[in-house]
Amino acid sequence: MKTKGKVTGIISNLVTIEVDGPVAQNEICYIDLSGTKLMAEVIKISKNEAFVQVYESTRGLKPGDNAEFEGHMLEVSLGPGLLSSSYDGLQNNLETMEGVFLIRGEYTAALDSEKLWEFTPFAKPGDEVTAADWLGEVTEGWLPHKIMVPFAFKERYTVKSVASSGEYKITDTIAVITDSSGSDLNITMVQRWPVKIAVTAFRDKPRPYRFMETGVRCIDTFNPIAEGGTGFIPGPFGCGKTVLQHAISKQAEADVIIMAACGERANEVVEIFTEFPKLIDARTGRKLMERTTIICNTSNMPVAAREASVYTAMTIGEYYRAMGHKVLLLADSTSRWAQALREMSNRMEELPGADAFPMDLPAIISNFYSRAGIVNLNNGKTGSVTFIGTVSPAGGNLKEPVTESTKKAARCFYALSQNRADRKRYPAVDPIDSYSKYLEYPEIVEDLTKRVNHDWVEKVLHGKNLVLRGKEAYEQINILGDDGVPIEYHKKFWKSELIDFTILQQDAFDKIDASSPMERQQFMFTLVLDICDKEFEFENFEECADFYKKLINIIRQMNYSEFKGEDFNRYLEQLKNETDNGR
Amino acid sequence: MAGRAFQKIYTQLEAITKATISLRAKGVTNEELAIVAGRLAQVVKIKKDLVTLQVFSGTENIATNAEVIFFGEPPVLNVSDELAGRFFNAYGEPIDNGPAPQGERRFIGGPSVNPFRRMQPSELIPTGIAGIDLNNTLVSGQKIPFFADPDQPYNQVMALVAMRADVDKIILGGMGLTNDDYLFFKQSFENAGALNKIISFVNTTEQPPVERLLIPDMALAAAEYFAVDKNEKVLVLLTDMTLYADALSIVSNRMDQIPSKDSMPGSLYSDLAKIYEKAVQLPDGGSITIIAVTTLSGGDITHAIPDNTGYITEGQLFLRTDSDTGKVIVDPFRSLSRLKQLVIGNKTREDHNHVMNAAVRLYADAANAKTKLENGFDLSDYDLRCLEYAKDYSVRLLSIDVNINTTEMLDTVWELFRKYFTVNELGIKEAIMNKYWEV
Repeated sequence: MKTKGKVTGIISNLVTIEVDGPVAQNEICYIDLSGTKLMAEVIKISKNEAFVQVYESTRGLKPGDNAEFEGHMLEVSLGPGLLSSSYDGLQNNLETMEGVFLIRGEYTAALDSEKLWEFTPFAKPGDEVTAADWLGEVTEGWLPHKIMVPFAFKERYTVKSVASSGEYKITDTIAVITDSSGSDLNITMVQRWPVKIAVTAFRDKPRPYRFMETGVRCIDTFNPIAEGGTGFIPGPFGCGKTVLQHAISKQAEADVIIMAACGERANEVVEIFTEFPKLIDARTGRKLMERTTIICNTSNMPVAAREASVYTAMTIGEYYRAMGHKVLLLADSTSRWAQALREMSNRMEELPGADAFPMDLPAIISNFYSRAGIVNLNNGKTGSVTFIGTVSPAGGNLKEPVTESTKKAARCFYALSQNRADRKRYPAVDPIDSYSKYLEYPEIVEDLTKRVNHDWVEKVLHGKNLVLRGKEAYEQINILGDDGVPIEYHKKFWKSELIDFTILQQDAFDKIDASSPMERQQFMFTLVLDICDKEFEFENFEECADFYKKLINIIRQMNYSEFKGEDFNRYLEQLKNETDNGR
Repeated sequence: MAGRAFQKIYTQLEAITKATISLRAKGVTNEELAIVAGRLAQVVKIKKDLVTLQVFSGTENIATNAEVIFFGEPPVLNVSDELAGRFFNAYGEPIDNGPAPQGERRFIGGPSVNPFRRMQPSELIPTGIAGIDLNNTLVSGQKIPFFADPDQPYNQVMALVAMRADVDKIILGGMGLTNDDYLFFKQSFENAGALNKIISFVNTTEQPPVERLLIPDMALAAAEYFAVDKNEKVLVLLTDMTLYADALSIVSNRMDQIPSKDSMPGSLYSDLAKIYEKAVQLPDGGSITIIAVTTLSGGDITHAIPDNTGYITEGQLFLRTDSDTGKVIVDPFRSLSRLKQLVIGNKTREDHNHVMNAAVRLYADAANAKTKLENGFDLSDYDLRCLEYAKDYSVRLLSIDVNINTTEMLDTVWELFRKYFTVNELGIKEAIMNKYWEV
């Protein structure tokens, strides 16, 4: 029998309920507001009083209203049909909701239970299986979608029967398995999983060892991210966090993209809704939307569901990872999630930590980032979840709790700089402050050597060094004046400008420049480094500036032209002439 | 505001703070309104039968035996076409001596639009001001604030933008307006002969600060009526959101909440987002565009109010006085319109994006040159040209007294480019250069 309770107190979306039976931490309950069911989650229990955060507006709620507890935590449905869907933080399908406004207490099914899927069995009667083993597959868009033994099944089972090839609904039984006590269990194409618990049904999780291409030069060339790796993008508003994340989502070398719009602007999600169905994935030739799931809990949607949204996104990512796919999970912005935690902690009158955030914020953040990773599945194949989150530091100050906690958890740091954004140097990723720990992983260095170029990492470090030297020279010039420093300083400065303007800067709104495949990045970076390594003689600093400006202009034109196309080659020729004639 | 027919009257207050009162009462619902000693109040906290209300006009002189009457419902606004041309206070009561508007009773602060039902904003709102149209183009359905120090003419600029914008309704939400500014808005609306398409909800500095908390929701409830029910293009002006946030902090402070940065409540982001996210382009053609004002203290945008605002809004317009020319300009560095990419180059001429970026980059070079000059260094020829260019650019384009169309703006920039720079110094895509460099 379900535990029931009555509302005793209300402060905004924190509600206290006096309960008549057992309740569990994080258990879900529904509060009845004159027939409208408001979903809520238990976040604290004190004697027979449960503190719940309500996922909806509590307007009109009063003491004495009834609540019923569900006996489980917040769960999502996992099955074919997740891709190309748009959900809110609680996995309600936004597309099937009626009307222009979000109506309180209206919940929609995550998956279409009527749709027929063409099923192909893998398993045979007599096979021994455990959680996450593949029993068969359907094709979702163009992607094979494995039907697995549910993650919640903890034992070893024997397959009794498997459905033959044919069309099935997600709720049809496609296999029967027998547990150690001899009981039969029916398996359908849909399973449920509590979002706050990591899916661990795989053999092991090695260190990331493969580099993942994003098409963004300042990431791939300068601070590459690993498949199954973690990264974060902190930056003040207006520095291009979202533009950068969208660029990554459009181009990254991933099978599945999950975008969690967490407490951000609705119009940014609309942009994805509008553009993704039109955009084509260059690798597969299929529509981008077909490999994308959007979890959208915008800033005006209920705060508590904002926290749930990142977990919902991660769980869906882990589900596709278990099928052997490369999943890229993008969350914008994890600060809003942290703020949601702060609002609740505040209402519960907990003693605050730094900036009034809850004390366990660093633990919550690192726990979440640790769910990413590349894994070896039970069948020896690999799957991965790569996670990139954005952080919106208050006042642009990177010393605030969310940035600091995330810095400890994430391996790549893409710091967006206000100064670069002010000067319209986009993407505004600071080349000096940013880092990728993966450049120190021997596995990744080896992978880059194999896949890009034999001395690639050396080149990258050389390039970084040039940028750093350039910055130092610039500071000297600023202190001593153009004429007060030797011409060498100007040369150093302009070499770093050359790298900045032609490699680091990239026009996300230009059709060609927006995405730069690794082959092209390799070519361009080598070209630019070769120029940097040449010594030219100049009469004075103005001549130096003019010379490099000319080169910058030509190489930028190359960036705007089709790789190795007619225009590209013409500019390349022009560039050769300039560098050959340079003294 | 009328109550229900049979109302229980409570007369025993248990606690009184500067902004809230608490009493024992049964059957009270969250967020419902009440009258406390003749003043409007709203339920903000319920603990068993102990109910806490925030009294909008303050609790001065309220006694522990004051009469409390509950309404049983949250604040409402009567919406109909009768709202047009009218002036109201924070409670939606007329302040223009006209009759109370009739119409459908709607709760203010209603639900959010399903993001999936939103349309992508795509219609440009021209203002004639190049600092806006050229560098930070406005789009209908956008939300954008002016960031300005209190001495900047932000209300004047906002009124100007409103008068020039091609919209069906303009709704003014005035929070802590000085009486002078209130009269200024009234005067400009009258002068423009636009009174019939304007609706105002006004709280002046003479009125209690907590009342302001109702203004945005009132203004936006009216906006939603015209945008959703009537498919009209609505422009909402909210000034000054800093004073709104200050009122939030007063209330949260009285409720003993732990303050976060800059003594603002921890929920400031969500509170502001609930207002700004009402900006929307609807599927049936209606739209709500929000232009707000957030006053700064000494240009500091790291303060919690502008900082949270910047993360919510789709850009910001930064006003400052250019010391070289004495003009008030829309600062090209700190200003941004996030939605401009949706219209520039397709609703405007193809060279818009390229020209805009190059012009701002050169203006940044001028700023560097100026620093050099101030530090006593010799300037190169390029530096000198940049400085000259910056002056022209400031006066002819950035200044808020400019009123030309976008194509004229672009032509003006090309003219300045030709006057001061060489092809290489612009770094613009060749296809564009070939077409517009020579005339």
